[in-house]
Amino acid sequence: MKTTKEEYKKLAKDNTPRSPVLRDCVFAFLFGGAICSVGQALLGLFKALGAEEETAKTLVPCTLIFITVWLTGFGIFDRIARYAGAGTLVPITGFANAVVSPAIDNKAEGWVPGVGTKIFSVAGPVILFGTLASVVWGVVYYVMTCVMK
Amino acid sequence: MEVITSYLITFAVGGALCVIAQLLIDLTKLTPARILVAYVVSGVALTAVGVYEPLADFAGCGATVPLTGFGYALAKGVEKAVDEKGLIGALTGGLTATAAGIATALVFGYIVALIFRARPKEQIK
Amino acid sequence: MSVITLKKPVRIISSASVVGRHEHAGPLGGLFDFWDADDAFGMDTWEHAEAEMQRMALTFALNKYGADDRAIDAVFAGDLMNQCTSSSYGLLPFDIPYFGLYGACSTAVEGILLASLLIDGGHFSRIASVVSSHNCTAERQYRTPIEYGSLRAQTSQWTVTGAGAVILADGGDGAKVEKLLPGRTFDLGINDPADMGAAMAPAAADTLSRYFRETGTLPRDVGKIVTGDLGFRGYEMMVELMHREGYDVTNNYTDCGMLIYNREKADVHSGGSGCGCSAVVFASHFLRELNEGRLDSMLLIGTGALMSPLTVAQGDSIPAVAHLAKVVR
Repeated sequence: MKTTKEEYKKLAKDNTPRSPVLRDCVFAFLFGGAICSVGQALLGLFKALGAEEETAKTLVPCTLIFITVWLTGFGIFDRIARYAGAGTLVPITGFANAVVSPAIDNKAEGWVPGVGTKIFSVAGPVILFGTLASVVWGVVYYVMTCVMK
Repeated sequence: MEVITSYLITFAVGGALCVIAQLLIDLTKLTPARILVAYVVSGVALTAVGVYEPLADFAGCGATVPLTGFGYALAKGVEKAVDEKGLIGALTGGLTATAAGIATALVFGYIVALIFRARPKEQIK
Repeated sequence: MSVITLKKPVRIISSASVVGRHEHAGPLGGLFDFWDADDAFGMDTWEHAEAEMQRMALTFALNKYGADDRAIDAVFAGDLMNQCTSSSYGLLPFDIPYFGLYGACSTAVEGILLASLLIDGGHFSRIASVVSSHNCTAERQYRTPIEYGSLRAQTSQWTVTGAGAVILADGGDGAKVEKLLPGRTFDLGINDPADMGAAMAPAAADTLSRYFRETGTLPRDVGKIVTGDLGFRGYEMMVELMHREGYDVTNNYTDCGMLIYNREKADVHSGGSGCGCSAVVFASHFLRELNEGRLDSMLLIGTGALMSPLTVAQGDSIPAVAHLAKVVR
């Protein structure tokens, strides 16, 4: 073969069909912005219904997760996400979809080895590294407050 | 008028956070799972350096609904717990603050998994 | 290894194809023997569905030939699942000596190649070669859960839901396998699992250019050159690599992954892929073209990307292999 590894990598890179970045970003902006606005509307609604500030703030992500979980079950979420891209991935909806989709997918492998382990396949890393970062920050924060005193 | 402005801010900040992730996906081939992790960890870090709280006050759900907001909740949770309980709060605060979201996802994720089976992906544009 | 010319051409005496609904909706939809409206083929899991497709494909091929399984000396079968379970479970009902093959998406041609050699060697007189892939089983094993929402890369391909079976024999009627060229594994450093067309094109170009050099022929000396599943992306790479080897293939070269779906209507990015892609397009479309006299000869090149989710996760680049069979009227 006359083409070397380096030449081929360059050839493949130079000829990679470009993602429609502008279109993807417009969709991501519109869907992401819309989901956050729905969250804001829910916050107002919960407060109007008499929930306390903190409770209302907790209920917003829970409600968005609840909606996403059912949209995933009915097979609607992945069709939206095909266009929305990061617009549905980055809001809490993306986390919810990442929890429920492997759970549905692995039913045939049983409730413990299938659903039980796979439900954490994407949520697991998010919870792990989030907790890790928060504990590190907690220790630093503790030291800072001690020093301040 | 004030309500409309606040919604526009929410929309714009939330949308902008998504656009950053979209650029990362399109231009760096970073996988979605890595982006979710990066967003949560960034949320914790940005809260720690004092940047995220003003943003959350400014944009409301535009800052709290994206996954950086999950990191923000984790970081605020440990701060509160450390203030109340001392060092042990560093361990308890994060997951306590985010417990509702995680439990909702797990419980309803499980219930939906009981009910539905996966449908083949659609091809139609 | 050089080009093998069989002592006596091996005949492809029967063939059958079974596909899912997207393949049925494609440009070749009317040519397949059976399609299922919900891709489940009456089964409870996708893995069982894929196994059932293999069973159906071999059953149809046997029925068309008018024989039962005792007439077949061996079956070569493969798929994309771990340990090739779609093949072993799907072909369990047949009383035929079984050989499982893994050549990723090159398995369809790998099976034809090995079967032809064994028939040529004289120990076997009739061998069936069956392969399959299923979009849902492949998504589950190689990519993300089926209901997971994400934007797909421009270079990504759509795994074909399809099973193809051919029966090869030392006599009878049907298209003839005349020459064979086994492929070498090849790795030019592509490590993106969403860019398999580019990962496999060098293996295909290596095999095809060796074929032309050794036989002293040119692309125009054969009716059609057909690769298995390079897709639109891999096609571009293949044309450029062949150009660098000194051969212009643009006149009569095509790829099964470009033929199976309607790119205007279906959101398949770079086209179809999977074992089933080359198998069903060859079994339904190209064999018909040969048997009905619209095509004199073709070079069928099965292309396979030999990675696993584990090697991808460990950051290894993707090796590929491409086997060639010359099939004539």
